[in-house]
Amino acid sequence: MNATYLKPEERAVYALRELYRSYGYLPFKMSKFEEYDLYVRNKDFLVSDRIITFTDVGGKLLALKPDVTLSIIKNGEDRPGYKQKVCYNENVYRVSGSTHQYKEILQTGLECIGDLDTYDICEVVTLAAASLSAVSQAFVLDISHMGILSAMLDEITTEGDIRREIAACIAEKNPHDLARICTEAGVSEEDTATLRDFMTMYGDMDTVLARLLPLCRRYEAVAIAHGELTELRDHLKNTPYADRVHFDFSIMNDMSYYGGVVFCGYLDGICECVLSGGQYNKLMKRMGRKAGAIGFALYLDLLEGLPHTLPAYDVDVLVLYDTATPVSAVTAKVEALRAEGKTVSAQRAIPDKLRCATLCDLRKEGASC
Amino acid sequence: MLNIALPKGRLGEKVYAMFAEAGYECPSLLEPSRKLIFENPEAGVRYFWVKPSDVAIYVERGAADIGVAGKDILLEYRPDVFELLDLNLGKCRMAVAAKSDFYDDGSRTLRVATKFTNIAARYYASKCREIDIIKLNGSIEIAPILGLSDVIVDIVETGKTLVENDLEVKETILPISARLICNKAAFRFKTAEIEKITSYMKAQVETHD
Repeated sequence: MNATYLKPEERAVYALRELYRSYGYLPFKMSKFEEYDLYVRNKDFLVSDRIITFTDVGGKLLALKPDVTLSIIKNGEDRPGYKQKVCYNENVYRVSGSTHQYKEILQTGLECIGDLDTYDICEVVTLAAASLSAVSQAFVLDISHMGILSAMLDEITTEGDIRREIAACIAEKNPHDLARICTEAGVSEEDTATLRDFMTMYGDMDTVLARLLPLCRRYEAVAIAHGELTELRDHLKNTPYADRVHFDFSIMNDMSYYGGVVFCGYLDGICECVLSGGQYNKLMKRMGRKAGAIGFALYLDLLEGLPHTLPAYDVDVLVLYDTATPVSAVTAKVEALRAEGKTVSAQRAIPDKLRCATLCDLRKEGASC
Repeated sequence: MLNIALPKGRLGEKVYAMFAEAGYECPSLLEPSRKLIFENPEAGVRYFWVKPSDVAIYVERGAADIGVAGKDILLEYRPDVFELLDLNLGKCRMAVAAKSDFYDDGSRTLRVATKFTNIAARYYASKCREIDIIKLNGSIEIAPILGLSDVIVDIVETGKTLVENDLEVKETILPISARLICNKAAFRFKTAEIEKITSYMKAQVETHD
């Protein structure tokens, strides 16, 4: 196969399937439809809660799946030491944030579910970096840990609205509204200053870990998260991606579903996060599973935004023939040109919208093209 | 090269003055012309003049790396951007206003005229108040006078327009000012440049305070 004809997202599908299979992630094929109830019970986990529904022949309310993870984790067994490693390449149906219309989105990704250990976390995060690298060398993978902010907020307030507003400010790197919200909520100046300092912790892994140390002394959960991030840093330092992986605590997923490492990947030239993932142990618990889980998805539709050069021509050769030209002559010419590695379009008239490098007119007697 | 979306109008000119003072000058920008894009390769900046309500779209979609947008627009459309700095310019407030003799006893659906339907809907939802939103695009103040609505939700700067139309502020929803916003992906690839320009702007804001 000539890979130059493939679009970036098509090339990515092949490259990533090979990558995931090489680490033992088995393909998981799922139905396009799921029972609507699955999504209603976990609607905050979804990127958008607007779902396309329909009634099936048996009267059951079904949905065109807006998410892959829920379908994968709803079944499976929890056994000590056992892990299910799956990869997928699936369409999901969501409302686009920019157009506010339903959109079919092609996702590729993987999930590691079961009795997880540090190796599994390191493997999945490394595969996230490798996935971005397979698409473009100009990438950044930003990693955060949901346990840190969660621990800080537990000490500050139990009020859900205030917690959400503070988390939103951290996600926006918005120090001014954070100060206002803290003042209005009666958060102490010391805690407000700690949150503002936390917001500025991003960049290379060593620097962020060093800046996080004072918080470890104050919050036990932060010390645990620091330990996990340190192990991850040590692992990533031995990969080719170390200089493209940063820690940034503005990366945030819903705290009621995600409980550990979360991450987002960016490609230069694309204006939004193209890869998103993390540890969703809390979701597993809500779905009655005892196991841990980590995974990520790469949004292949966004890769259309990657800069690429359009070929100067649609085909190398346009072969023109008429009703008097023997079929065998057209076939022979087309196959000969293809054998030379050229792309060919055989037509009886010059199409309006076809750019060809050369013309081979078999209508002329003794054509030698 | 840093791409900067500026809101057309007085606010944009004030903001450009701050960028220029911070060392990101582009003198051609102030020359009278119909051009909308201005570049100074030496300073490493390209400015665009865009409609104030569109700045957030340019930044969110990555056409601009950074830009300046009012907090009203950010609250209404909730673009997925970083909000790096409160520039303390264009200060006003989002408020509920009504005729001075209006009293809301809470016994019936409140009719709310506004340009900012999302802000109004969220505000009253937080108060569990049933409302009927009437979306208008301008001259909001006349809605209560003509009986189209009970109240309006709008930006109030000095309150002069309200007074002239026999209206008064009943509740303040939120203070509003211009914010320096940044595309989340651009922040990852141009971190040093964006941090530098933000710190220069921050120094000016603190000096003026």
